[in-house]
Amino acid sequence: MGNEFNPKILGFMCNWCCYAAADSAGVARYQYPPNVRTIRMMCTGRMDPLFVIDAFCVGTDGVFVGG
Amino acid sequence: MESVQGEAGNFTARVHTTPRYINEDLCTACGTCTMYCPIITADIFNEGLALTKNLHKDYPQAVPSSFYIDPRECLFVNHEMCRICASTCQAQAIDFNQTEEEHDLSVGSVILTPGFGRIDEEVLSRYGFGEYPDVVTSIEFERLTCASGPTEGVIVRPSDQRHPKRIAFLQCIGSRDETCGNGYCSSVCCMYAIKEASVAKEHDPDLDITIFYMDMRTQGKEFDASRQRAREKYGIKFVRSRIAGIQEAEDKLRISYVDGRGIHHGDSFDMIILSVGLESPEGADDLARACGIDINKYEFCSTKTFDPLQTSRSGIFVAGAFGGPKDIPESVTEATGAVASVDSLLKDARGSQVEIKEYPQEVAIGDEPKIGVFVCHCGSNIAGVIDVTAVREYASTLDGVVYADQNLYSCSQDAQQILKEKIKEHDLNRVIVAACTPRTHEPLFQETLRDTGLNRALFEMVNIRDQCSWVHAGEPQEATRKAKDLLRMAVAKAGLSQPLPEQQIPVIPKALVIGGGISGMTAALNMAEQGFETFLIEKSDKLGGNLRHVSSMLSGEDPRQIIEEVENKIASNDLIRVYTEAEVKSVSGYVGNFTTTISSSSGTEVFDHGVIIIATGGRPYEPKQYCYSSSRQVVTQLELEDKISSGALEKDLKNVVMIQCVGSRGEDLSYCSKVCCGQAVKNALRILEKHPNANIYILYRDIRTYGFMEDYYKKAREKGVIFVNYKKEKPPVATNTDGKLSVNFFDEMIDEDITLDPDLLVLSVGIVPNDVDNLSKILKVPVTKDNFFLEAHAKLRPVEFAVDGVFMCGLAHSPKPVNESIAQAKAAAAKAALPLAKGVVSVDPIGSKVDPETCIGCGICVSLCPYQAIQMVKVDKKKKAQTISASCKGCGICASHCPKLAISMGGFTTEQIRSQIKAFGG
Repeated sequence: MGNEFNPKILGFMCNWCCYAAADSAGVARYQYPPNVRTIRMMCTGRMDPLFVIDAFCVGTDGVFVGG
Repeated sequence: MESVQGEAGNFTARVHTTPRYINEDLCTACGTCTMYCPIITADIFNEGLALTKNLHKDYPQAVPSSFYIDPRECLFVNHEMCRICASTCQAQAIDFNQTEEEHDLSVGSVILTPGFGRIDEEVLSRYGFGEYPDVVTSIEFERLTCASGPTEGVIVRPSDQRHPKRIAFLQCIGSRDETCGNGYCSSVCCMYAIKEASVAKEHDPDLDITIFYMDMRTQGKEFDASRQRAREKYGIKFVRSRIAGIQEAEDKLRISYVDGRGIHHGDSFDMIILSVGLESPEGADDLARACGIDINKYEFCSTKTFDPLQTSRSGIFVAGAFGGPKDIPESVTEATGAVASVDSLLKDARGSQVEIKEYPQEVAIGDEPKIGVFVCHCGSNIAGVIDVTAVREYASTLDGVVYADQNLYSCSQDAQQILKEKIKEHDLNRVIVAACTPRTHEPLFQETLRDTGLNRALFEMVNIRDQCSWVHAGEPQEATRKAKDLLRMAVAKAGLSQPLPEQQIPVIPKALVIGGGISGMTAALNMAEQGFETFLIEKSDKLGGNLRHVSSMLSGEDPRQIIEEVENKIASNDLIRVYTEAEVKSVSGYVGNFTTTISSSSGTEVFDHGVIIIATGGRPYEPKQYCYSSSRQVVTQLELEDKISSGALEKDLKNVVMIQCVGSRGEDLSYCSKVCCGQAVKNALRILEKHPNANIYILYRDIRTYGFMEDYYKKAREKGVIFVNYKKEKPPVATNTDGKLSVNFFDEMIDEDITLDPDLLVLSVGIVPNDVDNLSKILKVPVTKDNFFLEAHAKLRPVEFAVDGVFMCGLAHSPKPVNESIAQAKAAAAKAALPLAKGVVSVDPIGSKVDPETCIGCGICVSLCPYQAIQMVKVDKKKKAQTISASCKGCGICASHCPKLAISMGGFTTEQIRSQIKAFGG
């Protein structure tokens, strides 16, 4: 990868849709870059702006909310 | 199904099964076998538009989720060679010793749901299918537009893989066509063509799409709105014409057609979609013979209008397209309704084969987290990419982890045993399994924890297969790093996990049914037949509703007789209490525990009950147009029925004009009322019985005699009823000059205005929902813009609300004929009976909890909760929010919006999520 920007991404995913879709992507063996780490929640209605701020405070380059 | 012996309540069903050569119990659906299968075959699920392995599963969501081997092409089955799959399967699920088997099942009842069959290719070939590659069926096109289909949703022509620019849909292929033996309408094709065309336009906005149709039959709830959207938003063109044939012209397909005025046109398209109808299922006659049931002339299951889910044999029911072509919401409704019929038939056997599992007493966990981590190889699914040993070693370095291990298959039976032993041995009070997805496997491991006396909330799962090894197969180092990160985050979260109470809230096993028309009566009777006390309240002075005003059905059955029968059954059932001239005054509580106050002819009553079924119904639209109020010669269809049945029709009746869609479809009401076309055809035929020489004109926009009703439409035409199409922009005009009634309308076919002086002008008025403003507010359930109740999901939850414990059926949901109302009433009863039969509502521990100390009673959470699961209560004279655990779904909207952070979510507390984020940072 050399000096290429390699972002750290934190994903918040809804158990019922986006998290399920990410599972399906696995079943279908879709390949995507390994930069994202996931926090599962029961609904992205749970997303508190605080979580986004927290994420950036610990050095996250990008926050992904999938719901 | 080979045979059904015995009688209702005590059948022996002989079932023949063919082998799938894979043991469903052992298969972990990892997919390794399919990768190694050397036989490539046509992908039948994708209509042969793609290739697949001979060992495969049709689609990722298939149930059961295990794979299967198609014996027709398998090398081992046919030539005893290969067997590569068996050697790759680490779960040893491949079993070539499986054989065809006969099973004798002891069942109390049978529900037939074989679905529908395919239109014969000979019929399709009349439209160039098979000859021109770019003539495809709507099912093929559906696969082409699907993101998980053969082209990943990219629309291409099969002939040259280029994007088409102009597409035509041809409707009624294999439907409404006597030449192929299918006189009926398939009911669903108009709507699915609109859907497919709209989806195609979303994929490629430059597409030019024309739908050639006979009548646009978008009679379902909100379907006309979709049609309008298709025209206005997507620019899809609709041409009323039946296509005679297709020719190839250079690389295009040429269609010639005749418009409403008889003028010939020609047009060229890049691709033609045949909107194929629903055939009776393959082998319908064999199935009918095996079950001893009757089928109709089209080989669909015979049913009666007033018993739409009952086959001709007691104890055997039908649901879905086998009972006649129908769409998804109706199929789901019927399937649920059939369950209600079974429920009442088998009520004495309910729960008789249930074994209740006992768990050991929960152990108290100490203050100090003692976390055990189990990393799964999943055969080579995880270990083939991720360095499992490295992950396990990493786990043992993390704070709070006292034990780390790795298993070949963490989900196997012996691994559960190991898990239990290790929990005991190391006194673990938190358990983490790093394996596949919690969506499928969390319950299994939670069960194992409960078996050892640990609360299930002390379990955490890390997804290092579906969302790691499988999707980063080429980057083992990065995948291992990701697995470690995810594990570290889970360990941080697990350290903060607390046991959550397993709550069960008792249910009052009684039902309230609001509305005493045929829907409410059916629902109430079914609830009582299932053994539940039911309160049936009706606002008028007697039961029966609109059906009392109908004197005959298209099929000839007598509705009054049916009402009397149901009324007698209700009267003789001790479990039903009927209140007339009754109205709901207030409702409080939640699923399982409602308290309702009503006023009725016998005074005010208060009762407690567990569920509510809304069947508030509708009424005929009251017309102001077409001289209805000024001329006695102008009547509605219902008034005409009254005249016919009471013999009040004039003896020398000569000319009758009927006007369809009065008030409907964009006049005062935006929607189609679904019943009026069938009603007009019925009344026209009834008039002709007594007055064979009468001239009857039916002025219509689209004749929507869907399903088998089409036969009667045909009969009416054969008997000389004249159907004249009118456009919404140019409706007929009625004038009343000094008591002389005349109707003027434009007949496109002969391009002339026609004026008639009818003896009778009959208005086919639509259905208006009864006023439910108050009720929807009391129950906090939503209505559509047209004031019909809004279901939780149009297709999958057609009788439920987002709010638990409240259900709907009949005209309160949408306009529909009586057979559909009855099926829906049964569906509502089946759903409503669920919590009553269980006796308790099990509360998922992931629900919200309000800390009354911190709560300031602002009420933001109450207004935001989509499930009405938070209420305000007074605590020491202060308003506090309180979760209604039985209704909470655990979405956490309340928690994320609480300005005081007073709400905590079970298993997803703010502290836990923040600890995961912190651990993510490293």
